[in-house]
Amino acid sequence: MSETKPPPLVRTSELSKHYPVGRSPLQRRIVHAVEQVSLEIFPGETLGIVGESGCGKSTLGRCLVRLTDITSGTLEFAGRDITRASQRQLRPVRRQMQMVFQDPSASLNPRRRVGDLLADPFRVHEKLSRSEMADRVEDLLVRVELLPEHAQRFPHEFSGGQRQRIGIARALALRPQLIVADEPVSALDVSIQAQIINLLADLRDALKLTYVFIAHDLSVVRQFSSRVAVMYLGSIVETGPVDAVFSSPRHHYTAALRSAVPVPDVDNRPAQRIVLKGDLPSPLDPPSGCRFHTRCVAATSLCRYERPVLSFVDTNHLVACHHPRAG
Amino acid sequence: MLVALVSRLGQMLLVMFGISVVAFLIFFATPGADPSARIAGRNASQETLVQVRHDFGLDRPLPVQYGLMMERLFISRDLTSFVNRGQKVVPTVLEAIPVTLSLVFGAAVFWVLGGLIVGVVAGATRGSWLDRTLMILSLIGVSIPVFWLGEVANLITQSRWHDSWLFSWVPPLGYIALTDSPWGWFKALVIPWFTLATLYIGLYGRVLRASIIETMQEDFIRTARAKGIGERRVLINHGLRTSLVAFVTMFGLDFGALVGGGALLTEVVFGLQGVGKLTYGALQTLDLPMILATVIYASFFVVMANFVVDVAFVFIDPRARDGH
Amino acid sequence: MATEMPLLAVENLCVSFRTDGGVVPAVSGVSFSVERREILGVVGESGSGKSQTLLAIMGLINSPNAIVTGSVRFLGQEMLGLKRRALDAIRGRQVAMVFQDPMTALTPVHTIGDQIIEQIRAHESLSRGAARRRAVELLDAVGLPSPESAVDRYPHQLSGGMRQRAVIAMALSCNPALLIADEPTTALDVTVQAQILELIGRLRDSFGSAVILVTHDLGVVAEVADRVMVMYAGRVVEEGGKGQLFREPLHPYSWGLFGSIPPMHGPRPARLTAIPGSPPKLSQMPQGCAFGPRCGFRHEACAAQPSLGSAGGHRSACFLPREGRHELRRTLAGGVPA
Repeated sequence: MSETKPPPLVRTSELSKHYPVGRSPLQRRIVHAVEQVSLEIFPGETLGIVGESGCGKSTLGRCLVRLTDITSGTLEFAGRDITRASQRQLRPVRRQMQMVFQDPSASLNPRRRVGDLLADPFRVHEKLSRSEMADRVEDLLVRVELLPEHAQRFPHEFSGGQRQRIGIARALALRPQLIVADEPVSALDVSIQAQIINLLADLRDALKLTYVFIAHDLSVVRQFSSRVAVMYLGSIVETGPVDAVFSSPRHHYTAALRSAVPVPDVDNRPAQRIVLKGDLPSPLDPPSGCRFHTRCVAATSLCRYERPVLSFVDTNHLVACHHPRAG
Repeated sequence: MLVALVSRLGQMLLVMFGISVVAFLIFFATPGADPSARIAGRNASQETLVQVRHDFGLDRPLPVQYGLMMERLFISRDLTSFVNRGQKVVPTVLEAIPVTLSLVFGAAVFWVLGGLIVGVVAGATRGSWLDRTLMILSLIGVSIPVFWLGEVANLITQSRWHDSWLFSWVPPLGYIALTDSPWGWFKALVIPWFTLATLYIGLYGRVLRASIIETMQEDFIRTARAKGIGERRVLINHGLRTSLVAFVTMFGLDFGALVGGGALLTEVVFGLQGVGKLTYGALQTLDLPMILATVIYASFFVVMANFVVDVAFVFIDPRARDGH
Repeated sequence: MATEMPLLAVENLCVSFRTDGGVVPAVSGVSFSVERREILGVVGESGSGKSQTLLAIMGLINSPNAIVTGSVRFLGQEMLGLKRRALDAIRGRQVAMVFQDPMTALTPVHTIGDQIIEQIRAHESLSRGAARRRAVELLDAVGLPSPESAVDRYPHQLSGGMRQRAVIAMALSCNPALLIADEPTTALDVTVQAQILELIGRLRDSFGSAVILVTHDLGVVAEVADRVMVMYAGRVVEEGGKGQLFREPLHPYSWGLFGSIPPMHGPRPARLTAIPGSPPKLSQMPQGCAFGPRCGFRHEACAAQPSLGSAGGHRSACFLPREGRHELRRTLAGGVPA
């Protein structure tokens, strides 16, 4: 059933991000934060990116909106190559892609009123009259289920969940097509998390948004995403529809990650927990071949030498493994 | 580790070279500051000036002049004063060094001990009357000008009550070499030590108190308390150990600056012929070779002190070992 | 005397802080007990008072503005108001604690080994060498690779998971009867969390310790606890055996918590049953039931403070009639799996 897909909104091809660490030139080492990631994000879908700390998921997110420079590979947005676009060239594109961060407080100037903070994007990108601006700010606040009078308050007068709503409102100001949300709910309490996830889902339906949703919490990603990419040490090891990846993971890392999630249910316990051996290797000194071979139950000598590439195991379901699990 | 050490030593040499160049340029190549005129003395004839310039190599290009100066300073060590003709600069500085070192070392012992005691006691009893008293005292210590304190000490111990039983042991102002008489050395310096240390006890006590109070809020202090090891151990072994970083940094820098001539006021008040006083005199008479020598000497100690601080860090804070 | 004295009995524990705006309660009238070899899970969000409860038990609240009242009895001995020396004879030896953030819980300037040895030697007259051997054994027991060399490592040289193992090894060093763990896995990745939870589960078998495990994650509780206590705004709102509480939670707040967690199995709900609003500020606690303003089942009775009830087993602090609560829960938006 090959229905013609619309062109992707975002396409990366072998995108890599390396950066140096260490102070003196003698101690300098290169971190391969993102290694040759190729992916396509289609309009209206939500791509979840999961992985543990240090897997490069946040760096990848920042690359996608060009908040950081890209070392190699290409990045296209709406058919346009923006890999090396200058800040000036990026300006019209920036309106189309926004980012929501884990800690909204860090990006909200504590000395300015919320109304002013939300009006900033209009000042930069649009010439609006004072009253038009106030109307737009009011619209935004209502959109994220805050009250118009909240515009007069300062960021510290809000709770964590409300601050995240403000962060979302700011991202929505210029009516972007793409929102990259980097751990938007992980700093929040469980009951507030659910509110924000619901809000993001409502906005997706109302505004036809495309999301990249980066999180370490698998259940949140499962709830919110249509497709998911699992990252390990800078690379995507498995990607596919959420249900397929989570209910029958083909990569051994995905399977371990999946089974490690504690389930708040006493009757449907997972049959067998896969507990990984050892620690995540340092991204400064990644293992040869398949990066996961040091902790993998199915590793063979092939895995030590040859790096597996992402290949199809099912429609839309790709895995980078020499010995994928049975589907 | 070794690489870091070597690169650090290289940096030190580079810094000292830079300082010597800058000092040389300031004093010898500033327009209007013609050293030959100073050497030749007032009303010297044009021929004498030319002769002097030639003798001292001052008619050669600047880099050569610099090279010559360094050669006479470090290798032949026969650089002479422009003011007191015939006085060799290097031996004069070398003579002044033990005086300054004795003064600063002794004072450092007092201020480190004093600062530790004041900081730990005040930090541990935060908010109590003891803490408040110590903080007021240290504020006074920080505020008293060192020359005033020195003069008052002299007034009391040298004239007013010198003949009483309390201060009859105090020797007249001046320095007694440690090698001549250790006891005399101690007696001559103990009052200068206290005078110089007063400011630093106050300063270090306050800094350490703040640092300890901050550290005692840390998570690992809570862990240490949960281990049931007693508050004194928590304070000394966990709180103080971790708070020493700021203390050691300050100590290294202050010590270097003082040995480099920063103890000038104390030296003047107590009639100690140290490096500070030597620099002071040289600046007054614009004795360029002497100034150059003392500046380079001072830079050596400041740079050295920085180096020692870095090395000390490695012992105090294991994180520094791995370049964190 | 009663034949069975609980290991730990907390009665009417209250913690409050004097502030410029008056006295603010953080923990109000918390009572519970822990039996030997039992794992008690304490669930709550930030501001629920769960961490303050633990710190009060350990005598670790030492702000001059704190007021701690009530009773904490460990093996019958009152711990509140105990002199430091007597307290230190219990802390670290019979009751040990593991903290949330392994990155900051260890003193950065001492090796892992030295910190463990310090605790052992504070409580037992053991030579340094013997204490060191014990430290190596402990590090091995908690699954630290090459414990012989790890013992001489500094905290910053270990990963988060390894540090948390070291903290746990230290807590176990004197074979405590009770281990108190405050969000021990929150700062860790899931795969590491799985390792640590497995370790905590094993503790009871190999060391015979009882555990109080505080977490915001119901999944973690389901994993390891025997009994569960749910806290909200400084009070216990529900307590019961794990099976009872997970199969048939009684308090509307617990319902909200369960509804807020996206499921890992089965169909995905269109929307999560989030709890509206946010937890009350401690300084502006509502009258009566603190959950009232966020509760869909609030009625007149809720103007008063509900009590937890003294009946053993499964209890909840709610005025709703006990019968028919499960049916009420089903009326919540999003529904509940039958």
